[in-house]
Amino acid sequence: MGMRRRSGGFLLRVNPILCDGFGHCHELAPELVTTDEWGYPIISPTPVPLANMSALESARYAVRGCPRQALRIERLSEPA
Amino acid sequence: MTSNTLPRLLRGAQGRPLTLAQHEETFAFAARRASMLEELDASGLRGRGGASFPTARKARLLRDQRNHSKFVVVNAMEGEPASHKDRTLLSTNPHLVLDGAEYLASIIGAKNIAVCVARDNPAVVNHVERAIHERARRSLRGPALELHTPPWRYVAGEESALVHWLDDNKSLPQYRTKRPHILKIGHSPVLVDNAETCAHVGLIGRYGADWFRGLGTDESPGSALVSVTGAVRRPTVLEVALGTPLRKVLEASGADTDPQAVLLGGYGGRWLDAAHLDAPYANEALAPQGVSIGAGIIVVLPRGACGIAESQRMVKWMANESARQCGPCAFGLPAIAEDLYQLASNSRDPRGAHQRLVERCAVIEGRGACAHPDGVVRMVRSALEVFAGDVASHLGGVPCAGSSSVQHFASVPTLERAEELVWE
Ligand code: SF4
Ligand code: SF4
Repeated sequence: MGMRRRSGGFLLRVNPILCDGFGHCHELAPELVTTDEWGYPIISPTPVPLANMSALESARYAVRGCPRQALRIERLSEPA
Repeated sequence: MTSNTLPRLLRGAQGRPLTLAQHEETFAFAARRASMLEELDASGLRGRGGASFPTARKARLLRDQRNHSKFVVVNAMEGEPASHKDRTLLSTNPHLVLDGAEYLASIIGAKNIAVCVARDNPAVVNHVERAIHERARRSLRGPALELHTPPWRYVAGEESALVHWLDDNKSLPQYRTKRPHILKIGHSPVLVDNAETCAHVGLIGRYGADWFRGLGTDESPGSALVSVTGAVRRPTVLEVALGTPLRKVLEASGADTDPQAVLLGGYGGRWLDAAHLDAPYANEALAPQGVSIGAGIIVVLPRGACGIAESQRMVKWMANESARQCGPCAFGLPAIAEDLYQLASNSRDPRGAHQRLVERCAVIEGRGACAHPDGVVRMVRSALEVFAGDVASHLGGVPCAGSSSVQHFASVPTLERAEELVWE
C-alpha cells in the first residue's frame, strides 16, 4: 500500500472562485506556489512526484492553512 | 425524405415565425425514433454553441446518469454581441428547435425542457412563448416545456452559468474540478445544448443521419449558421454547408471579399489573416491556424482599419463582462485592456506596454473558473500575430492611420460605467 501511494504524482489545485488572493499559500508552500501581481496564487501545472515528501508536506500545510479552503491536492495515477 | 439543399434550418423563412401547422407542412411530422441516439451518433453532429463537442457523446453521458428527473436546457442566450444566429433561427423556425429538444429529452429520459432566451430580446421571447403555447394546445404527452429569460450578459450563456441561473438565479460560472462535468439543477443532471444544435437534431430525427451527412465534410458534416458583421453591407445571418471556402461565405453575405483579416469564433476566438481566406470553413481545415469556427461568428476587418484598436475595444468590453469571481480574470483582463490601449494609442511607452501585455497573457491563461479569460488571451495573442506589422509601427511610435479612425467594425455594446473598469 505504502509503495503504491508513492508511485504517482500530485498537483495542488486552487478553486479561483473561492480564493481571496491574500497569498497565505505562497508563504506556506513557497516551492509550489508563486503569486501574480495581484496576489493570486500561481501553481505550476506540472505534477510533483508523491515521493517528494517535503513538497507534499508543504502542499498539505497550504491546504490546511488556506482561509477559504480553496486548495486541494489532486492525486494523479500516472507517474510524474 | 426531403431534398438535400440549403437552407435547411432556415427553410420556409417568411419574415415571421412559422406556426406549428406551417412547420409540419414544411418539415413533416417529427415522429419518434427508437434508435435516435444511434442516428445522432452516425450523423456526426457537433455542438454549434462554440465548443464543437460531439452532441451524441454528450447525450450518451447524460443518458447513463441514473436519476429520476433530468433536464434538457436549450441555450439561446447568445452572449456574443456579434452573433445573431440563434435569434434568427428562433424568429424563423422556433418549432424546429423545440422538436430537437424533445428528441434529446427522449434520448436521455428528461421530463423537463427549459428554453433559455435573454430577456433583453423581447421579440424572440415572444416567438418562443407563442410556439410553446401552440404545442401545449395540442396537448402532446411529452416533456414539459418551459421558457426562462435570464438577463443578458456575456458569461450568462456559458453553460455552467446558465445552469447556475436556473438552479439558483445567479448567472455565475461554476468551478468544475474535472471534465466532462455533469451540471445539475438541484439533484437533476442537465443536458445543455445550443439552440442551433437542437434544430439540427430536429432534422436528423426526421430525415436521418445519411441525409444530414449529405452536406458538409466528412469530419464536419452538415450545415451551420454564420453571423457575419464588420465590413459588410448589413449584418447577415446565413446558412452555409461546412467546408465552403471562407471567401465564398463572405461573398454570399455581401461582405468585403478582400479584407485585411477576419475574426472567427467570436470575441474569444482568433483573428485569421486574409491569406487563409481560401481555406474551407470547417474546424479541421482551420485547425492548423489555431482557429475554430466556434459559434459561427465572422467579423470582417477591412484593409486600412487598425486590428489592434479593434481588439482593444473588444477586450475592454470582455473585461467588463467578467463575472469577477476569479482574481486573474477580474484584475487581469482590465490590465490587458489597458496595455492594449497604451499600445494602440500612441502612449509614451508602447514597448513597455507590449512586453507587459505578453507577460500578463501568459500569467492569466488557464486560471479562471471558466474559459472567459482564456478566450480573451487567445484573441489578443492572435491579434499580435496577425497584425504584427501594425504592432511594429505602433512600437516605433508611428501609429497606423486606422487607429485614429472613428469608424469601428467589431460591434461592442456601450459600457454603462466605463470608469468601473479601473480596478487598480
Ligand atoms: S491561501 Fe487560499 S485563499 Fe489565500 S491566496 Fe492561497 S488559495 Fe487563495
Ligand atoms: S474566469 Fe472570469 S468570467 Fe469565468 S468565472 Fe472566473 S471571473 Fe467569472
